[in-house]
Amino acid sequence: MAPDSPEQAVELTPDGTLTSEALREELLKAYPKKSRRKREKQFIINEKTVNEDGTVTLPQIGANTRTIPGILTQRGCTYAGCKGVILGPTRDIVNITHGPIGCGYYSWLTRRNQTSAPSDDHENYMTYCFSTDMQDENIIFGGEKKLAAAIQEAYDIFQPKAIAVFSTCPVGLIGDDVHQVAKDMKEKLGINIFGFSCEGYKGVSQSAGHHIANNQVFKHVVGTDNTPRSKFSINLLGEYNIGGDAFVLEDLLERCGIELVSTFSGNSTYDQFANAHMANLNAVMCHRSINYVADMIEKKYGTPWIKVNFIGAKSTAKSLRKIGEYFADEKLMEQIEKVISEEYPAVFEAQKQYKPKLEGKRVMLFVGGSRAHHYQDLFGELGMKTVAAGYEFAHRDDYEGRDVIPDIKIDADSRNIEELHVDADPDMYDSDKVRDKWAKEEKGYSFAEYDGMMTQMAEKALVIDDINHYESEELIKRVKPDLFCAGIKEKYVVQKMGVPCKQLHSYDYGGPYAGFRGAIEFYKDIDRLVNAKVWKMIKAPWDE
Amino acid sequence: MSLLRHTKGGEVHERQALTVNPAKTCQPVGAMYAALGIHKCLPHSHGSQGCCSYHRSTLSRHYKEPAMAGTGSFTEGSSVFGGQANLLTAIENMFTLYKPDVIAVHTTCLSETIGDDIPQITENAIDKGLVPEGKFVIHANTPSYVGAHPTGFANMTKAMVDYFAKSTREDKVARRVNIIPGYVEPADMAEIKRLAKLMGLDPIMFPDTSGVLDAPQTGVHEMYPAGGVTIDELIAAGDAQQTIALGPVCSGPAAKALYAKCKVPQTTMGLPIGLAATDKFVMAMRSLNGGFVPEEIKYERGRLLDLMTDMHQYFYGKSVALWGDPDQLVGLSELLMSVDMLPKYVVTGTPGKKFLKRMGDVLGDKVHESFVRQGPCADMYLMHQWIKNEPCDLLMGNTYGKYIARDDDIPYVRHGFPILDRVGHQYFPTVGYKGAIRVLEQILNVLMDRQDRDSPEETFELTM
Repeated sequence: MAPDSPEQAVELTPDGTLTSEALREELLKAYPKKSRRKREKQFIINEKTVNEDGTVTLPQIGANTRTIPGILTQRGCTYAGCKGVILGPTRDIVNITHGPIGCGYYSWLTRRNQTSAPSDDHENYMTYCFSTDMQDENIIFGGEKKLAAAIQEAYDIFQPKAIAVFSTCPVGLIGDDVHQVAKDMKEKLGINIFGFSCEGYKGVSQSAGHHIANNQVFKHVVGTDNTPRSKFSINLLGEYNIGGDAFVLEDLLERCGIELVSTFSGNSTYDQFANAHMANLNAVMCHRSINYVADMIEKKYGTPWIKVNFIGAKSTAKSLRKIGEYFADEKLMEQIEKVISEEYPAVFEAQKQYKPKLEGKRVMLFVGGSRAHHYQDLFGELGMKTVAAGYEFAHRDDYEGRDVIPDIKIDADSRNIEELHVDADPDMYDSDKVRDKWAKEEKGYSFAEYDGMMTQMAEKALVIDDINHYESEELIKRVKPDLFCAGIKEKYVVQKMGVPCKQLHSYDYGGPYAGFRGAIEFYKDIDRLVNAKVWKMIKAPWDE
Repeated sequence: MSLLRHTKGGEVHERQALTVNPAKTCQPVGAMYAALGIHKCLPHSHGSQGCCSYHRSTLSRHYKEPAMAGTGSFTEGSSVFGGQANLLTAIENMFTLYKPDVIAVHTTCLSETIGDDIPQITENAIDKGLVPEGKFVIHANTPSYVGAHPTGFANMTKAMVDYFAKSTREDKVARRVNIIPGYVEPADMAEIKRLAKLMGLDPIMFPDTSGVLDAPQTGVHEMYPAGGVTIDELIAAGDAQQTIALGPVCSGPAAKALYAKCKVPQTTMGLPIGLAATDKFVMAMRSLNGGFVPEEIKYERGRLLDLMTDMHQYFYGKSVALWGDPDQLVGLSELLMSVDMLPKYVVTGTPGKKFLKRMGDVLGDKVHESFVRQGPCADMYLMHQWIKNEPCDLLMGNTYGKYIARDDDIPYVRHGFPILDRVGHQYFPTVGYKGAIRVLEQILNVLMDRQDRDSPEETFELTM
C-alpha cells in the first residue's frame, strides 16, 4: 500500500545530493527569530526510530497551532470548515449565513459538492445562497431581530424541513445569541432550526469548524428517526462528494450488498443524518473532519467505527474487505470479492498504460486534513514517489497516528471549542454491538484506529504542517518536483514555475477519483497533467 | 431538472431581512483587487484567515492567476484583545520574507467591530523598526457590513491618494492625466491606457492590474509581476493636470480626495462602455491635449458604429436582465439602449440610491418599462422571480447567471465579477470602442445561436 517502502530513504532530487536536513536548515534560516521557532516544530524530517520491541517511534510534529500572521498560509477559517465543508453538501437544509454578505457569497457553490436529488419534487438548496446581509445598524444595535425575520422569510417562501444558521465573525463579537433565536423560531414554526457558533476567529483553522459542525448535527439531528436498518448497514463519514466521489462509492457499496444509511455529508439529506444512528458500523474516510461524530455515535449508541480509505484501488479493496470482515458473513464477503474482481481488470489495464509514463516521478502534497495522506496511495500505484507532504489543518494524530492522542497538549485555542459530553442512550445503546466489538478486537480486528500519514512515508521525507507560500516556493525551486498538489491559491503560483499543480480540493474540476473507477480517472488525469506538452514550451527558441 | 427549482413566479414576496443569491460581495475583496494594482504591493487582510482565503480563491478562480495576500490570522484572543500583535507580526514577517515595497492593509468586519486603529498600529510598527527604510504600510477601512466590493475598491484606491499623492509645484504638469479606471478587468485598464496614450497624454493609472493579473508564463513565479502603478507615479499624481475618474462609485472618492489634497481638477464620468460613454471619455481627454483626436481612434469609432448599424435589426426590442456593480450596470444599460435593447431587470446589491437616478437618466422615457433595484435584498432571486413572471431575451452578468440561463433557457453573456467558469474576460477589453465591439459581438452570438437553434427547417437561415 505504501508509495515507497517506508524504510527506504527519500531521494529529494534525482542526483541525490540534496539532503532533507540541509534543505530544512536553508529554508528556516530566512525567518525572523520568533517565526523560526514556531516553524521548526511544524517543519520536520520523517526520521523513524525502531525500538527494541520492534515498534516504531515517529518524530513529533507541531500541528493544529496558530498560524503566524502575514506568513501567507493556505488555511481558511472556522466558518469555512463548518458551513462550507460539513453542512455545505447537504441539499435539503436552508443554510442561512448570519453576517455581512461575503461569507455566504464565497461559500456559494464553490466547493464542488455534487448532489443528486431524485426529482424536482425533492428539495435542493445547494444552488442558493441565503444571508442576513448584516448592515452597520445591525452591528450597532444587534442582529437578532434581523435573523429571526430572515428565518421567518425563509420559512414563508421555501417551507423547508430544516433551517441552519451559521455565525460569522461579528456575530460573536456583538453577542447575538443565534441559538436562542433558533430555538424560539423552532418553537414558533415547528420545523427543526439550529445554529452554529462557527465565527471565523474560533480555533486556528477550518478544523475547529468541522468540530463545531459535528457537535451540532449530532446534538440536533442525529437520532431523531429510529427507522430500523438492515444487518449490513453502514454510514460513510468524511466523504464530501467532490467531483462525484460519493456516487462511485454509493454504487460500489450497493453492488456489494452493503446498505448505506448516510454519508457525512456528500450527496446527503437531513433525513439521512436523522437516521444515521441506526447503521451497524461507521466507516470513516476523512478522519480529521468527522471523527467526532464517529466517537459520539459510539458513546451514545454503541456503534463502533473503523478507518477506511477509498482513494486508491488497493485501499478501496482493502476497505471493502474490512467492512465485509466486520459483518463476518460468508455471502457478503463473497459478493465483495466478486465486485473487486469485476473492477480490478480495468484498473490493471490502466496501470499498465499509465505507470510507465509516470513511474519514479516525485510528488509533493500539501492539502487538507486527510487528502495529503490518502492520495499518496494513488501515486504509489503509479510508482510515483512522495518526497514531501503535509496537511493544511490536521492535528498530530493525523500525522503520527491516534496513539498520540493522550499526549496532545490542549491549548487555549482548542479549549475554546466545545467538547460535547455524551452519555449512553438508555433506550438505544446497543450492548450486543459492544460485546461483538470486544470479541472482534480479541481476534485482532482493529477499531477506531488510524496510523496517520508519517508511518507510511519514506524515511527522511519532509513533513510540513501548515505550509506557507515562502516554503512552497523554495521547496519547488530547490527540489523541482514533477508534480505539486495543493489548492486554488497555490495552483497558478506553482504552475508559473513550470511545475504542474493538481488541486486536491476541487480536483481541478475533474474526478471522481474514489473507488476503482475513480483511480483509473486519476491515473489518466495525472498523466495528462504531468506529461502535457505545454511544460516543454516554456523556453522560447531564442532563449539560450 | 431545474437547478433553482425553488424559485417560482407569481406574487413576489417582499423581503426585509433575507438576501437570497446576492448581486454583490463584500468590501475587502475589492480592496485586495485594487491593492494588487500597485507595483510591488502585498495586500494584507487584517482579520480572520477565512476572509483572505476566500478573497484570494475568488480572485484566482476569476483570473486564473496567483493572487498573493497575507492575513492577520485572528484567533479568539485577538478578537478580545485587539489585533495589534497580529498586525505587527504580519508586518515583520511580510517585509522579511516577501520584501514588498508596500503593504496595503484592509480591514474586515471583525477588526472593524473590535475597532482596531490601523494608523496607530502602523506607527507603532515604524517605531519598532519593523518597516524598512523606503517601504510603506498603507491602509483602507473596509468593513464588510458597509457598501460592497465596489466600495472596497473605491476605499483602497482613495488610500493610494491619501498616502502617496503629493503636490510638489505651483503649476500642474501639462498632459499628465490621472485615470482611475474603476473595478474593471486588467485588459480594460490596458485599453484605457492605450487610448490615453493615443490621445497624446501621459496617463498615470491607478490602480492598474494589467501586467499583474494577466501575467505571462515564463517558468518563474514573480511575486510582484511587472505591472501595477508605482509609488513614484502615485506621488506624481498630485501634480497632474487633471483626474478622470471612470465610475462614480469605484473611482469618484479617490478623485475627490486628490482634488482636496493636491487641487488636481477632476472629472467623474461613467465607465467608457459603449459608443456614447467612450465619446465622452475621449472628449474629456481632448480637452487636455489641445483639441485633437487621432485618426486611429476615429477609425475605431467608425468601425464600432458600422457594426452597430449592421447588427441593429437583431438587437432591436430585445429585453435584458442585468445584475452586478452599479458603474458597470449603468454603462452596459447605456450600451444596450444605444442599439434599442431594453435593460428590463436591473439589480445591484451594492447600496446607494444615486444608482436609481443614474439608471433613470439612462432609461429616459423607457424608465416605466424597467424594474431597477439596489441594496440588500436587491438580489438575483428577486430578478429571477421577475423573469419567471415575464421572461426576457438575454441575461448579462457574472457566473452565477448560468443557473438561471439553463433553467429558463435564456441566452446569456458573462460580464463582470466574478467569472469563474470561462476565460477571456481578463484578456479582451469591454471598454472603449474596441471593447464595445466585443460586447456586441458576444450579445449577437448568443442571440444568433438561439435563432439557429430554434428556427424550424423552413426558416433556418444561412446568411444573417
